[in-house]
Amino acid sequence: MTETFYEVLRRQGITRRSFIKFCSLTASSLGLGSTFVPKIAHALETKPRTPVIWLHGLECTCCSESFIRSAHPLTKDVVLSMLSLDYDDTLMAAAGHQAEAIIEEVKKKYKGNYIVAVEGNPPLNEDGMFCIHGGRPFVEVLKETCADAKAVISWGACASYGCVQAAKPNPTRATPVHQVISGKPIVRVPGCPPIAEVMTGVVTYMLTFDRIPELDRQGRPKMFYGQRIHDKCYRRPHFDAGQFVEQWDDDAARRGYCLYKMGCKGPTTYNACSTVRWNGGVSFPIQSGHGCIGCSEDGFWDKGSFYDRVTDIKQFGIESNADKVGGTAAAVVGAGIAVHAGLSALSRARINHSQENQQGGN
Amino acid sequence: MTTHHAPSPTGVDDDAVARAPSLKSIYVYEAPVRLWHWVNALAIVVLAVSGYFIGSPPPSVPGEASDNFLFGYIRFAHFAAAYVFAVGFLARLYWGLVGNDHSRELFSIPVLTGAYWREIGAMLKWYAFLRPYPNRYVGHNPLARISMFFAIFLGGIFMLVTGFALYGEGAQAGHWSHTLFTSWVLPLFGQSQTLHTWHHLGMWMIVLFVMVHVYAAVREDIMGRQSMISTMLSGYRMFKK
Repeated sequence: MTETFYEVLRRQGITRRSFIKFCSLTASSLGLGSTFVPKIAHALETKPRTPVIWLHGLECTCCSESFIRSAHPLTKDVVLSMLSLDYDDTLMAAAGHQAEAIIEEVKKKYKGNYIVAVEGNPPLNEDGMFCIHGGRPFVEVLKETCADAKAVISWGACASYGCVQAAKPNPTRATPVHQVISGKPIVRVPGCPPIAEVMTGVVTYMLTFDRIPELDRQGRPKMFYGQRIHDKCYRRPHFDAGQFVEQWDDDAARRGYCLYKMGCKGPTTYNACSTVRWNGGVSFPIQSGHGCIGCSEDGFWDKGSFYDRVTDIKQFGIESNADKVGGTAAAVVGAGIAVHAGLSALSRARINHSQENQQGGN
Repeated sequence: MTTHHAPSPTGVDDDAVARAPSLKSIYVYEAPVRLWHWVNALAIVVLAVSGYFIGSPPPSVPGEASDNFLFGYIRFAHFAAAYVFAVGFLARLYWGLVGNDHSRELFSIPVLTGAYWREIGAMLKWYAFLRPYPNRYVGHNPLARISMFFAIFLGGIFMLVTGFALYGEGAQAGHWSHTLFTSWVLPLFGQSQTLHTWHHLGMWMIVLFVMVHVYAAVREDIMGRQSMISTMLSGYRMFKK
């Protein structure tokens, strides 16, 4: 029998008091009432830890970096222990064949009862040779590992949407996980990286309730991705008032006005940055004076400048956007109308003139 | 030649009226169609102007944030006009069912009728100065009909669907606009910024339509063979020659 979470925590010298604190904080970060604190505690005390295999495809490890900084009371030791993170090639001590053997072992021992967390994505071009995992294309390892999993978590923009390696022209054909894996529940946790507490929150929910959290149509947990950053932004009053930063060093910037005109993507980005914030709730990009770049949205690398609210339309040249295309079209049509009106007047005048001449001739 | 006499200072001149040629007129646009046209035109103007400002906000207002609500009012104007546009659109659809034949012209194009396409050719020739006069059309001329079908009927549906999907983003899950539109439109377009861009392009498409529409109506009124602008006020189409 695998150890329960509680046993692991106690063995690591964490007091019961800290443990209960963690349960309360987790309950509140998940938006659950205080009645859920004992339930979370009970689950962590009695349930065997669900094994997690954490795979790395084409990625930059920023998801892992974020994850290990989850700042709620019982920090990284606890989170890592909670998970029973049996395989994670960037964090584990084992290497080589020993490490790879763990995947096989987990697959056999916990068939249909383990979670695969995927960071990064598989490239499909050249038979997947752009990302090699243990001597084999990553896409093969991913498919095999997910085959017996209970659920799959797509960490970050890479696994969820493709991110920078899938940006046009996507030379390696980097492909998000849900387009490769089918028949398994997939939880997408986008962001570049996702917020640490969002990651631990999703995992804790799955362990506590033994089911995946409620997802929206894009497969994102509604509790963290149900609202836009804009909807909970503390600078929203300046937006509604019509007070905007016009330049990075202007007075409005110093006063903390809305960054909408600086191309802030908060109004088009679904994430929890403005509520959960980063680095243990210290700040988030907008609070630090820079607009949101929309890193948790599909294809955010291909939507033009991070400092423009209107998306570039590549078909009309690199620097085009909807306003330039529309404005140019309106100018062309307006000029066309003016010329046509002039020609119409001339042609009518000529017809009238010739009619008068005819009448004069009669 | 009849003798000219000085016009009466009152403007009354029954003789001149008696001598003037009579124009033929046909009742074309029923009152609900005319009312809808002008309400819709006003809504489109408000929507385009407020929508443009939502994309490119005016300069910042000074003072406390709590003393100002400029951008809020701009957005309110946009949403209010959008509701007017939407309700008008539905009412117009209903009138298309119960109104006269001309009230249905907006919602279809007779693609299978060869004569329709020949008339389009005739209108194009008229606009290319290849004909001295256009043909006489009782309802919409064939070119107007096809442009209205695409720009106002299909374009209107596109703007309503994308617009309410954007509105539902702010109204959030649970609101009817989110349930009916945002829930499927947002995944269809991939993400919110793309949806914004399409809605924005739709605005420009309608601006282009309005420019051509107004120009063509004024020009037809002056140079064509039937009345245009007064027809949309009185409902009667008059034929001049």
